[in-house]
Amino acid sequence: MVELMIKNEENKTVKTSAPFIGEGQKVFEKNTVFQSKNFNLWYGDHHALKDINLDIKENEVTAIIGPSGCGKSTYIKALNRMVELVPIVKTNGEVNYRGRNIFGSDYEVEELRTRVGMVFQKPNPFPKSIYDNIAYGPRIHGIKNKKILDEIVEKSLRGAAIWDEVKDRLNQNAYGLSGGQQQRICIARCLAIEPDVILMDEPTSALDPISTLKVEELVQELKDNYSIIIVTHNMQQAARISDKTAFFLNGEVVEFDHTDKIFSTPRDQRTEDYISGRFG
Amino acid sequence: MASQGLGKEQSIQDMIAQSRNKKGKKFIEKLMPILLIITALISVLTTLGIVFTLIFETFEFFQRVSITDYLFGTEWLPFSGSEPLYGVLPLILGTLKVSVIAACVAVPLGIAAAIYLSEYASDKTRRVIKPILEVLAGVPTIVYGFFALTFITPLLQQLIPSLKIFNALSPGIVVGIMILPMIASLSEDAMSSVPNSIREGALALGSTKLEVSLKVVLPAALSGIVSSVVLAVSRAIGETMIVSLAGGATPTFDFDVTGSIQTMTAYIVQVSSGDAGYGTTIYYSIYAVGFTLFVFTLLMNLLAQYISKRFREEY
Amino acid sequence: MKYMNDTVVMKRMKSRLQVNKVWKTIFIIATSVALLALIVLLVRIVTQGTGYLNWDFFNNFGSRFAEKAGIKAALVGSIYLMLVIAPVSMILGVGTAIYLEEYAKKNKFTDFIQMNISNLAGVPSIVFGLLGLTIFARMLFLGKSILAAGLTMSLLILPVIIVAAQEAIRAVPKEQREASYGMGATKWQTITRVVLPAAIPGILTGSILALSRAVGETAPLVVLGIPVILQFLPDGLLSEFTTLPLQIYDWAKRPQEEFQFVAAAGIIVLMVLLVIMNSIAIFIRNKFQKRY
Repeated sequence: MVELMIKNEENKTVKTSAPFIGEGQKVFEKNTVFQSKNFNLWYGDHHALKDINLDIKENEVTAIIGPSGCGKSTYIKALNRMVELVPIVKTNGEVNYRGRNIFGSDYEVEELRTRVGMVFQKPNPFPKSIYDNIAYGPRIHGIKNKKILDEIVEKSLRGAAIWDEVKDRLNQNAYGLSGGQQQRICIARCLAIEPDVILMDEPTSALDPISTLKVEELVQELKDNYSIIIVTHNMQQAARISDKTAFFLNGEVVEFDHTDKIFSTPRDQRTEDYISGRFG
Repeated sequence: MASQGLGKEQSIQDMIAQSRNKKGKKFIEKLMPILLIITALISVLTTLGIVFTLIFETFEFFQRVSITDYLFGTEWLPFSGSEPLYGVLPLILGTLKVSVIAACVAVPLGIAAAIYLSEYASDKTRRVIKPILEVLAGVPTIVYGFFALTFITPLLQQLIPSLKIFNALSPGIVVGIMILPMIASLSEDAMSSVPNSIREGALALGSTKLEVSLKVVLPAALSGIVSSVVLAVSRAIGETMIVSLAGGATPTFDFDVTGSIQTMTAYIVQVSSGDAGYGTTIYYSIYAVGFTLFVFTLLMNLLAQYISKRFREEY
Repeated sequence: MKYMNDTVVMKRMKSRLQVNKVWKTIFIIATSVALLALIVLLVRIVTQGTGYLNWDFFNNFGSRFAEKAGIKAALVGSIYLMLVIAPVSMILGVGTAIYLEEYAKKNKFTDFIQMNISNLAGVPSIVFGLLGLTIFARMLFLGKSILAAGLTMSLLILPVIIVAAQEAIRAVPKEQREASYGMGATKWQTITRVVLPAAIPGILTGSILALSRAVGETAPLVVLGIPVILQFLPDGLLSEFTTLPLQIYDWAKRPQEEFQFVAAAGIIVLMVLLVIMNSIAIFIRNKFQKRY
């Protein structure tokens, strides 16, 4: 922990004194995965998200921070339309996933969720064997070949850095694992259908510090192949693992920028108040 | 498609994309809710079936027998060849005799057992007694009927020599034993759901367990207890085999519990066991009696629901 | 100033504790009455009936003579009846429960179905007999067949199964469903692959208990006019048949004393059948209960 803190301090100083890095990135402009345009969302009468405009790039870790009730969870649940499980939700505006509005009438929600995976706040493996947990996604999407499934299971578990811990007990119930292992199983389950984007809704809030560290390291490794959007209530975590950070407050995006900039020289007074712990 | 050009392995998403084009999956998604709603409608249709069956056949009955004679007549003599009489009051009275006796047995015992289980008994005792109550509740009524006829009646005859073989007392007591577990376990549920903090508050003032039970827990759980009693009495009214075996087949309009009686349910069984031809007045009479029974039990069930909703305690 | 006088309080305390003790004894006695009743009932039936339990009793058909009476037709009939009730009531009951828990929106119609189910549970079984007599036996011409009786009994236990299945389905945490939807699973896939596998032990336990109630039920069958003495085994769903409780009812009604013993023997068989079913239900409940 101590090491990480120091590293962050260093990062901050280096990056603030070298603004040209930001300009450099412009040269290799990355593709946008999610583009929100004046996106609004209501729970009944409650206006939960107000005119959200955000461009989320591929192969980056984007952190979303903000006090509880600010709409950060609602926002990422909107990105794979999980918010629609609440029957009273209404939306307007656009959220484009790789150029196509996901709230468009012809967009199949199952197709979206196949490309945009999700890891939840509380580890939620199925009460099935580890193998069946990982194979769940491929199976529901019609992959039945045992050999292919075996390969997918191994690859996904390796991808989630948990293969060595569970390779000898793939047929045991996933509930026999520790909370941290369960969460990595859930990440592996998500990887099994090779999504394009992984949404993580406070994935470490139910975990102990050591498990949290493991999941954070995993997130760093995964960003080479996946675009990751992570909601966190933990500002240090956002600072440690994300490339960009969006600060949400009362359903609005107050500030969205490179993480180091948000944490060193925020433009908005409210952002500064929040990251310095004055509220939330 | 969008995922192309990401520079990573395409295999799984490709396989998924291929299987998505199958038509079957979408069809099932559309079909299943329709099938499920049909199954859900069966229960509604059952109720409608019961209500309309009873209404239509009862209507047919009242084409032949005047409704006032039925509702206010004090003689039930359907099998009389020359002049059959269809006054339902003796059947209702028979039913009430049995139900009142059953309630006299089951209400005090059931509530006392509930208090013991909820307030006094240790976890271990509770774990032994509750399954036994479940077993008692699961004994088929035909077994209780046999027990009433061959054991309780002879036993009572030794105490009350004037007791007839068929009477209201013996089936009443046994129906009481049958509904006892229902009162005990539903009341116990109601009492256990009173939060412990309320008990602790009273105990900390130096109350005895009895005072906590009677003055704090019982009033707090009263709506649940009363509705359990109403439900149990409704069960007693609809109970059939015990009264058919041990109650007799003589509808009488008096308050004697030692002589033979007939309840509404026992009358339906009597006619069904015999050979009342389809279309006769007697045939239709079982629907009229069934309808009367249905109204009684429905009202009691609605009352029980009303009590438990209206007077639910908020903790 | 003191309102509480210590000596008075202590004196009253003694009598209050005494009263508490007396009532505790009364409560224990009241609870014991239920246990006593069960013990007397069981002992009585076992002592009366065991003498008649032999191979012939299982291999003989009903008879006017006590020593020749057997339960072959009744036992086979009861089992046939179960084979109709179990699938019909479970498909309808679990289907309704899935609809109510997973598909139905919170509206008046759903409330109505739910209220209807709880009221249906309170309708006396004999009224279901009248329903079966009119609809299945007469309107659908099923007569006194296994099918007519099976459908009637299925409707009778339907509310119990619906409620048990609803509870089991509701006990599956919503996070499990979210995980499945999050992978792009459809609603029906989520129900069949996540919700039902987790809910099945609870559904089975409730269904078996409901089924055991149907097996012991007599009144609706009497109303349907199911015969009591049969000299043949049923050969199909439309065949006439008889059941254990009906056979016991017939024996119990007979004036000759020997038939009481035959009836008691029949009751032992019925109770053993019920104990087996209940044990299976309890076994499933304890063995497969899911922990989350």
